[in-house]
Amino acid sequence: MTTPTPTETTPVIPLPLTTARIITAAGAALTILSTFLAWTWTTAFPGNLTVTGYPGGLQILTLIGGILTLAFTLSAWRTPGLTWLTPTGGNNATAYLAAGTLATTWYTLIAIADQLGGLANLEPGGYIAAATTLTALLGALAHPIDRRTAASLPQHGRLHTGALGKALHGIYRTVRPGRTPRPLRPARPLPAWAEILIIAAAFGIALYTVTYGIDTEYGELFTGFLILVSFAAAALFKAGLIARLATLTNKHRNISIAAAFAAAAAFPFTQSTDQYTLIAVNILIFATVALGLNVVVGLAGLLDLGYVAFLGVGAYTAALVSGSTASTLDVHFPFWAAALTGAAASLVFGVIIGAPTLRLRGDYLAIVTLGFGEIFRITVENLDGNSGPSVTNGPNGIPNIPDLVLFGYSFGTPHDVAGTTLTPFANYYLLMLLITILVVLVFSRAGNSRIGRAWIAIREDETAATASGINSFRLKLLAFALGATLAGLAGTVQAHVTSTAVPEQYVFAGPVPPNSAFLLAAVILGGMGTISGPLLGAALLYLIPAKLQFLQDYQLLAFGLALILLMRLRPEGIIPNRRQQLEYHDTGQLDVPDRDLPPGTVGVTKAGA
Amino acid sequence: MTTTTTTETPVLTATGVTMRFGGLTAVRAVDLSVHPHEIVGLIGPNGAGKTTFFNCLTGLYVPTSGKVAYKNTTLPPKPHLVAKAGIARTFQNIRLFANMTVLENVLVGHHTRTKEGLFAALLRGPAFHRAEKASTQRAQELLEFTGLTPKADHLARNLPYGEQRKLEIARALAGDPGLLLLDEPTAGMNPQETRATQQLVFAIRDQGTAVLVIEHDMRFIFNLCDRVAVLVQGEKLTEGTTDAVQADERVIAAYLGTPFEGAPGADEIAEVEAAEAAETAGAAENAETATPPDTVARPEDNQ
Repeated sequence: MTTPTPTETTPVIPLPLTTARIITAAGAALTILSTFLAWTWTTAFPGNLTVTGYPGGLQILTLIGGILTLAFTLSAWRTPGLTWLTPTGGNNATAYLAAGTLATTWYTLIAIADQLGGLANLEPGGYIAAATTLTALLGALAHPIDRRTAASLPQHGRLHTGALGKALHGIYRTVRPGRTPRPLRPARPLPAWAEILIIAAAFGIALYTVTYGIDTEYGELFTGFLILVSFAAAALFKAGLIARLATLTNKHRNISIAAAFAAAAAFPFTQSTDQYTLIAVNILIFATVALGLNVVVGLAGLLDLGYVAFLGVGAYTAALVSGSTASTLDVHFPFWAAALTGAAASLVFGVIIGAPTLRLRGDYLAIVTLGFGEIFRITVENLDGNSGPSVTNGPNGIPNIPDLVLFGYSFGTPHDVAGTTLTPFANYYLLMLLITILVVLVFSRAGNSRIGRAWIAIREDETAATASGINSFRLKLLAFALGATLAGLAGTVQAHVTSTAVPEQYVFAGPVPPNSAFLLAAVILGGMGTISGPLLGAALLYLIPAKLQFLQDYQLLAFGLALILLMRLRPEGIIPNRRQQLEYHDTGQLDVPDRDLPPGTVGVTKAGA
Repeated sequence: MTTTTTTETPVLTATGVTMRFGGLTAVRAVDLSVHPHEIVGLIGPNGAGKTTFFNCLTGLYVPTSGKVAYKNTTLPPKPHLVAKAGIARTFQNIRLFANMTVLENVLVGHHTRTKEGLFAALLRGPAFHRAEKASTQRAQELLEFTGLTPKADHLARNLPYGEQRKLEIARALAGDPGLLLLDEPTAGMNPQETRATQQLVFAIRDQGTAVLVIEHDMRFIFNLCDRVAVLVQGEKLTEGTTDAVQADERVIAAYLGTPFEGAPGADEIAEVEAAEAAETAGAAENAETATPPDTVARPEDNQ
């Protein structure tokens, strides 16, 4: 799975290299031109693709794809001034970009034909775009690209049935995309200010991309965006730009972190309405809780399937002390006190649930935490004054949670700051961002310390960890309690953002993230044990259902399929952690002998335990 | 039988350690003591209970009866407390933290000698940085000692087998133990690696850590140990110097078995061998003329 596969550098389509480059460059250039033509005759398809001379909607994505393809083709051709784009010197980036442009364009055309009822609705410009993107891709495939040798392909047997399956498998067997990274060319030394400018520019582009994704107004645009961004990200990775940027951010660590959060904090200033800021603040809540879960799952290796309960404890605590008219407690704490109370209540629940359950390992722990997660919801539903003491109003929850006021700054009203209006959700977004920063800080500092190493050791081999002097029960409880506290803290903000706390928000699996299943999925999808992984995973898992309305009915099905595909193709998640990356560095070395020991060998079991 | 005439307190005193799994008594009333600056071997045929005894010593098993003391302090049967007291161990089947780097593996071994908790890690005060630096320095010393320095940033899983064994020893030493328990440290090693391990164990002893080692390689054991204890079917058969143990007939019997009553004498063996030789010669003469015997059933005929 992670061992380097033998690669060869041959074109898929045999053509002279110069011819291939001319074809690709011409294809990309014509693609750019084709976006200025009309693709359809009516504005019934969203985004207005009817105007000649002015690209709109999805045409802009094709335009960007075309520009990038052209730039990387010329870069691989060693065009002066553009060589910095491909530090690896390979041609794979061109191929990925050409494929991404083709996919976005053809998706657009198919969507037009599908929505408006037939290919007749395409204007000649659409056909030209289809042809030019195909030309660019064929040209890119005639470049010498790194791919696996035919002999190294796994033999799959006869599982690929159906025309589509056969076709996809055929394409895969023809192209054989390689996975082994190429070495980078040595970087040209730059002055420190230039490096910092590059970092700032990179985060600026990232902010723009994310903002564009959140601001997409219709599902087709979001799908096209997702396709192009995925291929472009793969291309940047293959080109070595990501690795180069990572060297820079490691060198200027503090500046990079500051730049990242400055970019995140700049988001609400780009918004004039609350519509997308609400999405953004929900993504932040989801991501922060996922990062908290990553302490438990990613570092300590404890599979917690009831994690959302801790978010619920925090939210309910904050709701009870918020001064809401529906609250059974007649108190109104200031926010800092409410946040501390919520976090503390979660901590207590974490210890109460953790102390008996953490004596279990693996699957048993997962089942018990799943049970506790449901027990929390059912208990909250029953504390309504009829079935139990009156605390939570049962299924009705606690509505009318008042808006926060911090140091006289009311979160419920718009404020004018630096020429832009900060809407109520923008205020909450900035508050939540502070909490996200806090959680990121806690995660990175705890993870990179004696305690964090002990957690990872427990995850790797609990018996060996205890034999090395680690009190595994105490440390597991610490991880569980820390995770619970962080979720509780996020919950206190969530209660104010949604202005209600109802039991339905805190289920194992439901239509709206965050819930336990989606939290876990965000961690696994993004990459366990990393900081950026759960943030990215949470953003994707929140945005995709929010943007693609047609998926709503099939959401859990699509989600399950996506997880299966991910486990098959990239089990380490989108962003693998440092340790898994290290596996690529040491090649040709022995693996650990089989770690599944026969029962009864050294210390597999502990008598009386 | 102890030949060491030391007056120092023993680092390990096991008295009457018994481990019973249901009806099976894996270890029966074993007494053993190890003194500082001593290398003691623990040998015995497969299934004699050596590893079970180790697990009782390190708290992985709670012995049915008996007690284990480190420097005259009775140890509770909790692995992390045993490690904290000063007994470190390696495992028969290597148990490294496969997805941690070599350096991190050793740092985990140092866990019990440091105190920095979660809040220290979150606040990152000067004391935290000092402690981290000291731990890293100690870990690097141990990597230097075991010759793993060039591999410090590799993942443990990517080390070759012999170096994984070394890393396990380095991790155990990182807990600054007074006694190191090695469970078959040279299993699967070639002679060169075995010799290197022998040098390493001597070096560990010279640094002041007593060693108790389980091993099947007798040359290794007899070169290395000051004293050897023999465990057979859960009971300690004998204990003494390498020479005394090597000469002990009961030990030979435990490994090779005893001749049974009606065992053939030398004359009978010679007679049988002569008869066999004559038969082979006769068969060779007939081989050219004789057809293959039809009576030999081919495998498919048996169906």
